[in-house]
Amino acid sequence: MPLQSLDIKRKSATTVQEPVARTPVIGQVAKLIDVSKCIGCKACQTACMEWNDLRDEVGETTGVYDNPTDLSPQSWTVMRFTEHEKNDGNLEWLIRKDGCMHCEDPGCLKACPSPGAIVQYTNGIVDFHQENCIGCGYCVAGCPFDVPRISKKDDRAYKCTLCSDRVAVGQEPACVKTCPTGAIVFGSKEDMKDHAAERIEDLKSRGYANAGLYDPAGVGGTHVMYVLHHADQPGLYHGLKANPSISPMVGLWKGLTKPLALAGIAATALAGWFHFTRVGPNEISKDEETEALHEANRIREGE
Amino acid sequence: MENLHRDKDGNPLIDRYSPDERGHHWLTAGCFILLALSGLALFHPATAWLSMLFGGGQWTRILHPFIGLVMFGSFATLVKRFWHHNQFEPGDKEWLAQIGDVINNHEEKLPKSGRYNGGQKMLFFVLIACMTGLLISGLLIWRAYFSAYFPIDLVRLGALLHATFGFIIICAIIVHIYAGIWVRGSIRAMVRGTVTYGWARKHHPRWFEEEARKSRK
Repeated sequence: MPLQSLDIKRKSATTVQEPVARTPVIGQVAKLIDVSKCIGCKACQTACMEWNDLRDEVGETTGVYDNPTDLSPQSWTVMRFTEHEKNDGNLEWLIRKDGCMHCEDPGCLKACPSPGAIVQYTNGIVDFHQENCIGCGYCVAGCPFDVPRISKKDDRAYKCTLCSDRVAVGQEPACVKTCPTGAIVFGSKEDMKDHAAERIEDLKSRGYANAGLYDPAGVGGTHVMYVLHHADQPGLYHGLKANPSISPMVGLWKGLTKPLALAGIAATALAGWFHFTRVGPNEISKDEETEALHEANRIREGE
Repeated sequence: MENLHRDKDGNPLIDRYSPDERGHHWLTAGCFILLALSGLALFHPATAWLSMLFGGGQWTRILHPFIGLVMFGSFATLVKRFWHHNQFEPGDKEWLAQIGDVINNHEEKLPKSGRYNGGQKMLFFVLIACMTGLLISGLLIWRAYFSAYFPIDLVRLGALLHATFGFIIICAIIVHIYAGIWVRGSIRAMVRGTVTYGWARKHHPRWFEEEARKSRK
């Protein structure tokens, strides 16, 4: 099964082509989160903690169900709760499992300056390799979804791995395994899209005319997708971005600037070398020195 | 020009830089070299290996901003000392316009320079702009202490500007270093503090005349 592959397709701060002989013929993987089926039980958060050996600080309640209140180096997924008042006055409780979206075009990987700290496997999973991480935080600037978190303890970036270690041995991610309502499913991206299409059809038949799949094209699609009952308004789900993409500033910084700047620096140094070898140094002759001494004396003696 | 300094052959020399000025210049220069190398290590995959000079990526990331603060402080001292020497004067514009004569060693065709020529003054202000830009953008992207206090788009702009200012300052300093190699006798001004009469008269004639007049009895 291609899902078992941990072959690397792309590596941060690396300009050469990664080995591509082995590619998953059946396609890449994806996790599908059906928001309409989620009951907000947070079993996925717990499973994530258990499988990944993470224990966040026990926080404080802030009057809402969000707990913990944000992603952290110890909390790679959190449930985001939104109370949405519909036009008919009814309340809708929208619950979104937040975490890394595993973009096909990952902004974190693009921004990362440390070779091999961020990799993308051929199956589509984007993974942080903490042993190569230098803690600069460029991934935070690169990410369009505000996902990576830098640990204050070890100055390394952490986020959901899509349980790459489980996927490598043919298992689904821990959150998928544990989800009691089947709101989270995992498989090949094509299968997940087909499954989503069935779910969307079902939701439409139940009056959710705008139900749809969230697989944003601006980042080349994602390997974590949502089924949303209001796909026309992703922002309802705790500010999920409608059209996420890598910031143009990051694109410029990591795109054109890099080769142009290196070429510019090299050209400046070469210009110096060629000037020296073609025009030569600007020297003072003995005569010029003698003349300068005479002139200094003339000035000193009162011109 | 009280002939306090003479070179090994007994020729008199003119003081150009005091020990304090030389000290600050070389502190700034040393920091700059470390910053350029560590900055390039964090900038492009082709130069990522430079991080090994600093003990690896984590150390490069830790050291770079602190060295930057030292450079800014040291450079600020230089600016304070040299500010009044670097105000643009009549003749500087013409000097810059005749850059072809400058490059081809036809100094006799140029307007007479004072203590600094138009090009040196340009460098002075380019460095001030870059150093300030690097300090501000650098604080924005200093993840360990400051980035969390700024909106993410400002941090992204900071990263882009830091790279841009870094590129400009590296090019400017390459020109500065080359000018020292090209115009013979300049390096001794910053290493020993003195220049020869011939050097002063040829490259900075108005400054030469001022210095000569100062020592008139």
